[in-house]
Amino acid sequence: MTTTNPLALNAVALSKQVTSPEGTLTILDGVSFAIERGCSVAICGPSGAGKSTLLALMAGLDSATSGEIWLDGTELGGLDEDGRAALRAHRVGFVFQSFHLVPSLTALENVMLPLELDDSDNPRTRALEILDSVGLAARTSHYPHQLSGGEKQRVAIARAFAGHPTVLFADEPTGNLDTATGDTVVDLLFSLNQQQQATLVLVTHDETLAARCDRRIRLAAGKLVASD
Amino acid sequence: MVKAVKFGLRSLWRDARAGELAVLLAALIVAAGTVTAIGFLTDRINQAVQRQASEVLAADVRLRSAQPIAPKVFATADRLGLNSARILNFPSVVYFGDESVLATIQAVSDGYPLRGEVRIAPNLGQAGTKVDAIVPSGSVWFDSALLARLDAEPADVIEIGASTFTIGAILTFRPDQSPGFSGFSPTLIMNIDDVPATQLVQEGSRVQHYALIAGPQASVERFISEFSALKIEGVRLQSRGDAGNQLNNAIDRAGRFLGLASLISLLLAAVAVAMSARRYAYRRLDTAALMKTIGASQRFILTSALTQILVIGVIASVIGAALGFAAERILTTILADLLQDDLPGASFAPFVLGFGTVLILLVGFALPAILRLGHTPPARVLRKDLLPAPTSAFITYGFAVLALGGLVYWSVRDLPLLLVILGGTAITGLVLFGVGRLLVFLLSKRTGRVGVAWRYGLANIARRGTESAVQIVAFGLGLMVLLVLTIVHNDLLRGWRATLDATVSNQFIINIQPDEAKGLVELIENEGLTTPELVPLVRARMTHVDGVAVKERQYDAPRGRRLANRDANLTYGNNLPASNTIVEGDWWGTIGSEKMLASSGSTMPTAEHHVSIEVEAARSMNIELGNVLTINVAGTEISATVTSLREVRWDSFEPNFFMVFSPSALAEAPQTYITSLNVSDEQRPALRTLVRAYPGVSIIDIEAALDQVRRVIDKAVLAVQVVFLFTLLAGVVVLFAAVQSTLDERRYESALLRTFGAKRRTVFAGLATEFTMLGFASGIFAALGATIVGGLAATQLFNMPLTINPWLWVVGAFAGAVIVGVSGIIATRSAVETSPMTILR
Ligand SMILES: Nc1ncnc2c1ncn2[C@@H]1O[C@H](COP(=O)(O)OP(=O)(O)OP(=O)(O)O)[C@@H](O)[C@H]1O
Ligand SMILES: [Mg+2]
Repeated sequence: MTTTNPLALNAVALSKQVTSPEGTLTILDGVSFAIERGCSVAICGPSGAGKSTLLALMAGLDSATSGEIWLDGTELGGLDEDGRAALRAHRVGFVFQSFHLVPSLTALENVMLPLELDDSDNPRTRALEILDSVGLAARTSHYPHQLSGGEKQRVAIARAFAGHPTVLFADEPTGNLDTATGDTVVDLLFSLNQQQQATLVLVTHDETLAARCDRRIRLAAGKLVASD
Repeated sequence: MVKAVKFGLRSLWRDARAGELAVLLAALIVAAGTVTAIGFLTDRINQAVQRQASEVLAADVRLRSAQPIAPKVFATADRLGLNSARILNFPSVVYFGDESVLATIQAVSDGYPLRGEVRIAPNLGQAGTKVDAIVPSGSVWFDSALLARLDAEPADVIEIGASTFTIGAILTFRPDQSPGFSGFSPTLIMNIDDVPATQLVQEGSRVQHYALIAGPQASVERFISEFSALKIEGVRLQSRGDAGNQLNNAIDRAGRFLGLASLISLLLAAVAVAMSARRYAYRRLDTAALMKTIGASQRFILTSALTQILVIGVIASVIGAALGFAAERILTTILADLLQDDLPGASFAPFVLGFGTVLILLVGFALPAILRLGHTPPARVLRKDLLPAPTSAFITYGFAVLALGGLVYWSVRDLPLLLVILGGTAITGLVLFGVGRLLVFLLSKRTGRVGVAWRYGLANIARRGTESAVQIVAFGLGLMVLLVLTIVHNDLLRGWRATLDATVSNQFIINIQPDEAKGLVELIENEGLTTPELVPLVRARMTHVDGVAVKERQYDAPRGRRLANRDANLTYGNNLPASNTIVEGDWWGTIGSEKMLASSGSTMPTAEHHVSIEVEAARSMNIELGNVLTINVAGTEISATVTSLREVRWDSFEPNFFMVFSPSALAEAPQTYITSLNVSDEQRPALRTLVRAYPGVSIIDIEAALDQVRRVIDKAVLAVQVVFLFTLLAGVVVLFAAVQSTLDERRYESALLRTFGAKRRTVFAGLATEFTMLGFASGIFAALGATIVGGLAATQLFNMPLTINPWLWVVGAFAGAVIVGVSGIIATRSAVETSPMTILR
């Protein structure tokens, strides 16, 4: 198995182009970098730089025009959409700016969902446990529309960590929250990341948040401009 | 798999509770209900029409021969489990005291009539009641004409041949009484067992032998084929297909209306299903993308979506079939008289049918949208505008066309109609879409100096160009169908009401001699009845057309030869009867005489005679405008030019004729008069007085026949109303689906506008403007469509005159604006009333 692979993510000469009525638009242009297991990385850059696109490529949500992405030792280009989904179910967690909870499921069911998709044992016990650790033990049977933004994001974090992911992606996780709530959420994100020894990749505009990460990758106009 | 199903069910439950599925469910339920209730009923009505036709024969099949009908014929019927009866029909003189009259004797065997009913009354001028058995041996039933001619009373003893009989009752109705006036002679019914004793039926006497056969359709068909295999000479077989009566028209129209309405409900339901399924899929895109992001496979997404659809389908078909089943039961009960045959017990068939319909609709109209869900790009979680690649048009429309074709074929089983409907739907759809775009364009031009709300509303319509066009088409179609059905429905009812009217003539008086006319009219007036209009009747036979002898001419249809070669009853006059419409040429009484007046100063064409012919008869006899017909009236030859063709409403219960001559042609010919009267039950004694005073005239009482028509039509009207309700429902569902289709977007926008500081009233007015204008455009459009389609339906399907109704446009536009405006506002009201926060969050 590849679990001993030292690199959680490896991007090689990654490019993404889209064709629009106005012509071909290059969103990402020859981006390469590597991320070791267990570290936290912030992807920063001005709006429109291509951060979300990069995140989508790394998670296999979209496919690159050229270049390679290795996620935990597997090259995503060699997998079809279902193969990538299966890989995500097993190794990847997600937290979004706009939470993206399934409106028809309760907090508990939302957290159980990836566990069930991955055929984990005792999804219910595990989901209750992690909801407890994000401080939402009392809200398990509530539906998303009954929760506040911060609570929704905490459910999303619980859902992301429930399956013990190798990599956790977060796209502007505090973008929709006020500062205080955002701080709680970020604290939670980092502490769970620590506990689980996961790799954290987060997109942010917030320099203080970026500063809390082990590394920063900076993008501008689709190019990698700095990486430490 | 199990997880996907479980997930699907759980989300479904939530969606259902949130009212998300209402429109889709409603569309499916209406479709299932329609097919189960109406599809079934249409079949039954068709059977009923055939059955009504049978009544004219008093059987399903009637054999006629101048020789006794061979026993093997009856044996064949017996073997096939069919009922049979015999009739002997012959003329004979009937004696009563010093009086004697030549009458037609109808001697019947047990079981007569096999179809329809015989009605008798205890005495002249009393209403008849249905009988269960034939006339007992030793008795005879007189019709009123015979009774009057002989000046006899019930219980009097009369002589026929070597026997004597007691007059048991007055025969008021028998199903096989020929409806015309030709060959009408006083009739009596006797028991066939009494015939030998009269010694009237012997070798060489003028006797018609009839065999009546009736039973289940399949056996009757077997009988017909076995009978032809017997090759018996001189026996003519008449089946119900050859016959017709006044009821056919009404029932046939009801059947067609039901068929049309059910088809339209289906089409509407299909449109509603397609629209609501699209929205259903659209609202699941986000969840689908998310599910993929957290590791769900395409199969998972599809399985859970299909589970939902399947469950919706099952629920819809169970409710729909139950509804349809209930409606069918109610309709069948209402129509029990009309359908007559035994009702089948409750069965699962409607449920199977309902489920089938729902399944086909779902596969045809919802599946393409659902399949697309599986292709949702997971990256949609990051970029809202990402949509699944569109399903190929081939798949989308292929599925829809197949489904629609299958459904239509299934419910009407009529291939040409199917092709017309599919082609028509495709062309209409395209034209409609074009018109829709045009209307959108025109609306968007009206953005001059108007308020904010107007600008916002109109700008919305213009911006969503294609969607607005689709909505106009959907609203327009829904409204159009409702308008068309309303027109047809109203015309149908109006036509029927005329028949149902209690003042319709129920008595025909015939054989009035010219010298009796004045006295008879006076007597009628003195009895307090309305002054009758006497119509002259001339017996004649057509001899030549354009100088060619009638016997030598070519006829396309056997009916034409028969019509041309028989003694006919003609009339003449200056006024076109109310139930007639000229379809070709001009009527001399109006345009013709004015022209004449202008040129010659005379009110009547003198140089040449004119004749107007009923259009169907003219066609079957190959006679056209301009042909010169020569007729022989009591030895004199008279020629007239065909100057007009008429359409005749035969079910109008007025004296009507195939040929009407200009007065100049026949005024001098030997003639009698006929007239029709309305006589209420209290006025019936007047008839008695009349018959006593003028024993030479005959009164034909059609009250029983009329009553039968009334009863049937009453039921048919009810059935049509019930079905109309179903179609209305389907139309309303389409309207709702169309309003809903852009609801999410509108909610979001109005929340945004309010966040930017727009007053609630402004947003509201904007939405109201948008929907009202959409409705207005759709209404205009619907009126246009309704005029065309309604016209086609009326003239082609229902044989009714076309009525152009300017109010349609006003009503269409107004109804469109109000209905769409109000339902749009109701649907979006929640968007304006809830806080923008909950929507934007
Ligand atoms: N599928 C697409 N079609 C067209 N343009 C696209 C597509 N995906 C991304 N873009 C464009 O590529 C650029 C980068 O987009 P991306 O969402 O990655 O930016 P971002 O760095 O995440 O910006 P932000 O900080 O505002 O979220 C933008 O200009 C965007 O409009
Ligand atoms: Mg972004």
